[in-house]
Amino acid sequence: MNFDFSEDQKLVQKTARDFLVEHSPLAACRRVFEGKDLYDAALWKGAGEMGWLGAAVPEEYGGAGLGHLELVLIAEEVGRALAPIPFSSSVYLATEALLLAGSAEQKKKYLPRLASGELIGTLAIGEGAGDLDPTSIRARIEGGRLTGEKLPVADGDVAGIALVLARGGDGALSLVLADLKGSGVARSSLDSLDPSRSQAKLAFSNAPVETVGAAGKGWELAEKVLDRAAVLMAFEQLGGAQRALEITREYAMGRYAFGRPIASFQALKHRFADLYCAIELARSNAYYGAWALSHGNDEMPLAACGARISATDAFDLATREMLQIHGGVGYTWEYDCHLFYRRAKLLSLTLGSASEWREKLIARLEAREAA
Amino acid sequence: MDFNDTPEEAAYRAKARAWLEANAELIDPNEPAADLLSEREDERTIAAAKAWQAKKFDAGWACITWPKEYGGQGGTAMQSVIFGQEHAKFKTPPNIYTIGQGMLGPTIMTHGTPEQKATHLKAMARGEQIWCQLFSEPAAGSDLAGLRSTAVRDGSDWILNGQKTWSTGAHFSKWGMIVVRTDPNAGKHAGLTYFILDMKSKGIEIRPIKQINGGSAFNEVFYTDVRVPDSNRVGAVGDGWRAALTTLMNERVAIGAGSATGGFRNLLKLARDSRRGGRPAIQDSAVRQKLADFWVKLQGLKYTGFRTLSALSQGKVPGPEGSIGKAVGAPMAQDMAAFAVELQGPLGATSDQAVSMHEALWQNMWLAVPGMRVAGGTDEILKNIIAERVLRLPPEFRLDKDIAFRDIPTGPPKK
Repeated sequence: MNFDFSEDQKLVQKTARDFLVEHSPLAACRRVFEGKDLYDAALWKGAGEMGWLGAAVPEEYGGAGLGHLELVLIAEEVGRALAPIPFSSSVYLATEALLLAGSAEQKKKYLPRLASGELIGTLAIGEGAGDLDPTSIRARIEGGRLTGEKLPVADGDVAGIALVLARGGDGALSLVLADLKGSGVARSSLDSLDPSRSQAKLAFSNAPVETVGAAGKGWELAEKVLDRAAVLMAFEQLGGAQRALEITREYAMGRYAFGRPIASFQALKHRFADLYCAIELARSNAYYGAWALSHGNDEMPLAACGARISATDAFDLATREMLQIHGGVGYTWEYDCHLFYRRAKLLSLTLGSASEWREKLIARLEAREAA
Repeated sequence: MDFNDTPEEAAYRAKARAWLEANAELIDPNEPAADLLSEREDERTIAAAKAWQAKKFDAGWACITWPKEYGGQGGTAMQSVIFGQEHAKFKTPPNIYTIGQGMLGPTIMTHGTPEQKATHLKAMARGEQIWCQLFSEPAAGSDLAGLRSTAVRDGSDWILNGQKTWSTGAHFSKWGMIVVRTDPNAGKHAGLTYFILDMKSKGIEIRPIKQINGGSAFNEVFYTDVRVPDSNRVGAVGDGWRAALTTLMNERVAIGAGSATGGFRNLLKLARDSRRGGRPAIQDSAVRQKLADFWVKLQGLKYTGFRTLSALSQGKVPGPEGSIGKAVGAPMAQDMAAFAVELQGPLGATSDQAVSMHEALWQNMWLAVPGMRVAGGTDEILKNIIAERVLRLPPEFRLDKDIAFRDIPTGPPKK
């Protein structure tokens, strides 16, 4: 039984951490958060040079040819640093979609540029408030052209391409690839709950697109991509939750009240213990997701749900506790607590809420029993 | 990352499996599982348990991690887990030796005299001796070191007086390990001494404790002028807390690798069989969300157990993070039972095996689970352990350090 990462994989993680400690301190997140830049371009370039963007991309397509077990550990470090880069959109969504369903030509055309970071990609499914539900998709494809509106699109304002879920003339959904700098595309940045990560509204008007994967099978493909992204994102959430716990612990050890560190009050000790348990359970579920992802096996649909729900709950709890335990200063703009609070909320929603994934989980368990 | 056995582990598992198949019958998953929480073993069960243990011992399968010189197999913790996993698949008598073999034997190995080791260890391993633990008292559960039973020296003996409680299996045990206070003028931890006790001694009275669910797995044990030879003392006079810690640390090493997902499958079935809003409850969105929460936590616990097994497999010693399983699992079991009973509507308050859903399984579980949140470390103590030993937060402030035991307050001040 070896439910652990190899020493080589852990070395990849350590290298990533060391890089991010130097190049992505929380001040970098705050710079994007408070400034006009939509992401940290220098950091993104660095991530490309480190080989992270193509960690799971085969060498023949310009990637590092490692695998998903290495990628999840990099994701954990990216999450820990609250790195202000479109990592999740480009790597967990666009790159994974092309790895999964791209034709040889599409892979040759796009993967090397995604792996280097020269191209940023994303996925566009939702068209307004509510869950990611296939029946409410109105964007349509006619004669190889896409018309419709998508929002919110994670990193839609910085991406060069987007994989878009839209409806063909026969009513079936397909996943199509749009050049966001091409004709028929208008986009606007959206104010975000977490301004360290960008979101956009994309408006397509007869924009030329190419189909990715089997036509008419767009929803099934999108779900597979979301499952993979859920596992990768779970590690990012885990990294953030763990960092939040560590920062909060350090604060509570140094903050004195009634003659002693507030960390010595049992009410807080127990809440720290509860948070630790939630994070460890999330870690275990994420590890199982990583195993399923790296094997590409039947366990993925359930493992992805477990990983996402667990990580979302843990990161959510961590950031609420972080704000609360910091007391008044936690509520100030200057302290970093709200950077975590906002990032946790964004990540909890961007692939669909935890409630949505709980419903998905039960539906999948039922389907498995019926089979 | 690999869930499979290493080649060595696989070979060991095959050997264990082969022996078990040749000597026991496989459990039929369709047969209802025994309710182990409330059983009070009778003589027939004890005789069967003894025979099975002797069989394992004679074939070299007893006490996997014990050194061979003491009757064990001299194996690793991982091998013990593997044997336990295979063993659990077979119909065997209830294990009445977990306390003795799991905790007390290792205490004798660490702190006992050569004579004590020679007299007891092999007999423990073979199941000839059944042991009970006599630690908790009415005034000393979580604060075990606050115990009040006394032992006073009398020639080459000690005279014990006092009371122990929550003692599993005391009624059929021949031997016990007891911690008592030999010096009330010393500090709380410094005046304790650890003894081996012959449970058939004169002056011992055992009374079953009736639990809220009607069962009686535990006992109160009363001592009136019980004579114990000094040769039964384990460790130095006044050094009993150290030996007690060894006993308690071994409690944590028992890692259950069995999954609780059998319970979830039953819960899913219950949700299908009961009704809400005119249709099967499982179609109700609130029910689905709650079921999903339980599933995710159960899986999280299962995979946390796998991570612990991996550490064992790599030869590492599991640490205080092992408290996660019980700290999360016990309150969740209570939530699951309450949820299951609620799903049954008004009939959930009926616990009639002939009429209730699932033969009143959930009602019985609902009555049993409060004990799980207290036994073997309360939820609150486990959280303290996680906070202090894993997260290294400051320890609790204590008002009972650095003063004589006799001066420690034990109740509200008298007006």
